[in-house]
Amino acid sequence: MNVVLTVNGEARALDVAPNTLLVEILRSNLGLTGTHVGCDTSQCGACTVHLNGDAVKACTVLAAQVDGAQITTIEGIGTPDDLHPMQAAFRECHALQCGFCTPGMIMSAIDLVKNSPNLDEAAVRHGLEGNICRCTGYHNIVRAVLTAATQMGSRVS
Amino acid sequence: MSATGIGASVRRFEDIRFITGRGRYTDDINQPGQAYAVFLRSPYARARVVAVDRSAAMEVDDVLAVLTGRDMAADGIGDLPCGWLIKSNDGTDMRQPRHPPLAVERVNYVGEPYGVVIANTLAAAREAADAVVTDFEELAAVVSVSTATRSTQIHDNVPANRSYLWELGDKAATDAAFARAAHVTKLDITNNRLIPNAIEPRAAIGVYEKGTESFTLYTTSQNPHLARLVLSAFVKLAPEHKLRIVAPDVGGGFGSKIFIYPEETAVAWAARRLGRAVKWTSDRSEAFLADAHGRDHVTHAELALDAAGHFLALRVKTIANLGAYLSTFASSVPTILYGTLLAGQYRTPAIYVEVDGVFTNTAPVDAYRGAGRPEATYVVERIVETAARELAIDPTELRRRNFIQPADFPYQTPVALVYDIGDYEASLNKALALIDYAGFPARRTASHSRGRKRGIGFSCYIEACGLAPSKLATALGAGVGLYESGEVRVNPTGSVTVFTGSHSHGQGHETTFAQIVSDRLGIPIENVEVVHGDTGRIEFGLGTYGSRSVAVGGSALVKATDKVIAKGKKIAAHMLESESANIDFETGVFSVRASNRSLTFGEVAFAAYVPSNYPLDLEPGLSEKAFYDPTNFTFPAGTHIAEVEIDPQTGVVDVVNFVAVDDFGKVINPMIVEGQVHGGIAQGIGQALLEHGIYDETGQLITGSYMDYCMPRADDLPSFIVDTTVTACTHNPLGVKGCGEAGAIGAPAAIMNAVTDAIGIKDVAMPATPERVWRACRGE
Repeated sequence: MNVVLTVNGEARALDVAPNTLLVEILRSNLGLTGTHVGCDTSQCGACTVHLNGDAVKACTVLAAQVDGAQITTIEGIGTPDDLHPMQAAFRECHALQCGFCTPGMIMSAIDLVKNSPNLDEAAVRHGLEGNICRCTGYHNIVRAVLTAATQMGSRVS
Repeated sequence: MSATGIGASVRRFEDIRFITGRGRYTDDINQPGQAYAVFLRSPYARARVVAVDRSAAMEVDDVLAVLTGRDMAADGIGDLPCGWLIKSNDGTDMRQPRHPPLAVERVNYVGEPYGVVIANTLAAAREAADAVVTDFEELAAVVSVSTATRSTQIHDNVPANRSYLWELGDKAATDAAFARAAHVTKLDITNNRLIPNAIEPRAAIGVYEKGTESFTLYTTSQNPHLARLVLSAFVKLAPEHKLRIVAPDVGGGFGSKIFIYPEETAVAWAARRLGRAVKWTSDRSEAFLADAHGRDHVTHAELALDAAGHFLALRVKTIANLGAYLSTFASSVPTILYGTLLAGQYRTPAIYVEVDGVFTNTAPVDAYRGAGRPEATYVVERIVETAARELAIDPTELRRRNFIQPADFPYQTPVALVYDIGDYEASLNKALALIDYAGFPARRTASHSRGRKRGIGFSCYIEACGLAPSKLATALGAGVGLYESGEVRVNPTGSVTVFTGSHSHGQGHETTFAQIVSDRLGIPIENVEVVHGDTGRIEFGLGTYGSRSVAVGGSALVKATDKVIAKGKKIAAHMLESESANIDFETGVFSVRASNRSLTFGEVAFAAYVPSNYPLDLEPGLSEKAFYDPTNFTFPAGTHIAEVEIDPQTGVVDVVNFVAVDDFGKVINPMIVEGQVHGGIAQGIGQALLEHGIYDETGQLITGSYMDYCMPRADDLPSFIVDTTVTACTHNPLGVKGCGEAGAIGAPAAIMNAVTDAIGIKDVAMPATPERVWRACRGE
């Protein structure tokens, strides 16, 4: 089937099988390998991207569902010279180690902050429950999200 | 200390690519014309492979081949070896079943690969794999570790399913000490089976160049040179010089990516057979079945004490589950890396341990973060805490009475190790202050008034890291030396490329190692690039595990850097018309002592490559290699304290406070070290409260996904209070000990001591799930 979508601001037209997953489109068809696959049960969150502005797990979105959609991936939120505040906070707070869960974690965290005018540690921990990290113990991820939230205009307690 | 030197929390260089989606993990790599592999895996715990009918599978469009273990054997591909020889009490070698990468006649665990389907597309490979019809004859399986020696014999050459019955320590002295003990504490505990679950699943791409008859294997490895050695020397894939192993960015390992597995071996072989690059990426379900698991001990322990509460002896009997085959280092984990740590931080004069290493029809069990040392700490720290309760002595006081004292070092334990240095009371005291131990009774009262049970638990762990002195390790059965190599290559413009045989898969070596080299050379850290993970670029290496990278790999770089400086002095002496003995090197400047004549590091580097004004007897160039073989293990140690609150109505355990005070010796990058501790604690709490790899009685894995295997998530954990004390390691040039495993080693005992303290019960099995805790609270 033909799918037209906008990825990181760029219009893309694809011919893919209807059962193709969004994460496969991103990784295989578009070469956007920053989005990762860590499980096969929609539990780990490594594949989290933004679909029309909301965080989704790209392993559970079918090609047909993204026709006409706006997709933002980790590659679309900042560059090494112009990091998104969440990216910068992850580095500053040492919120990543192996880096594999990190893109999904950052995309989830941005969505969490955007939808949470008030954040505290418990809210961040609850909000990131759908993203598994095996390296950091989450301690520094929580610090990074609270740090970035302040910079993104949320109230942090 | 400079802003980027040794001791500074330099922000990591590797982060930039990871936070912008520019990392390059194995599955991100594609090769021209690559085909895709899907493995045929046993649905049975034990079965005879009667026949594999490939006809329907070969009809599927785009299928290239359906290959089996027989095809592999016919091509001369050898068995997967175990690299550590353990001897039984009677002096005989451990018994090893044959372990072909693809099973031939029998399969011995659910998920064991016995064939591989290769196709032009992944979808076709999957469809064809489903179309293969395999006739199995199901056989009786052995699942319970406790009864394995009395069960059906799994392997023809392994009677009683026992690989070895291993012992360490003085049995007679231990028994004599028990005979005169004033008090004996006994404890039966299990160390639950864990499934490592690095978030990046394993992956591999085999590439074969016909013209040069050489392979390149991209793979998720913690030790690419070791993979090359094994694939060449044992598996006979190709001569070592015809094999290049690339382990690019690797998304976590925790031990599980040390081992040489069937799948990586098979894609390399298939690439040669088909003349195509062959790629395989594990899905999570495969990872649960086929990655090596960890822990899985059943232990009876006894501690003898005198009337004053001094430990007289420790006696331990452990049954260790090895799974269906001996994985790469499986035999060493419940023996050398376990029994030797049973002295803990204590002056226990006599220790005797016996370990029954048994096979079962489950996935192979091998090193997982801590590897033997968490199991040892769990035994020692649980039984010490239990003894304190039985004797009504404060558990910190009982530990103090028995600590090895600073004046006792070097300290020869009764279980083979010589601890070089430590100060165990310093860590304990700092941890007690950080958790406000004095305030605990009031906090417990407050919890009780809210209907909650509160407990506190201690774990004063020790580990042996910096693996390992090669002479000692090989004497104990290791099949490889355990030194590390490094190269410091100064480029003509004065920038430096550092090559290390260590491998970073989250540890931050690209930053830490750059700190070490730039600090010693006095050059900007931005001018140092660290290269790892490619046998084609790095001379040799043993990789990263056992908290060894800075202690061993970093020390190799110090040696290489010192050679660079020594050669630089010769060049500078010639150019400055002096003697090298008169040249000082400091903050990147070579200068003639007591003069104003000097050259920068960059000027000397340039001269080394444009040798116009240069010593006649000196080779051009400024690049130095070094191997570093440690003279002893390092002994990180510390105190972890957990405080938990339990709701007896639900059985939910809330970790309300966790303090870790660790002595890692000198610290290169405190930020990275704290991060390593956080991650280790999370895995330790995961073991204590959440994680459990469970097989049913027929050998089916019933915790085979993230829906069933409970990974620690953000809302399962507290923030941690982490601090350090420092006694510098006495035998490596950096004074470092290693930090990667401490959290996973210390945390489980601290948590379980706290849980049992809260409930007022001797033991709850790990993981202390709400159901188990709820039942325990009800006295069931």
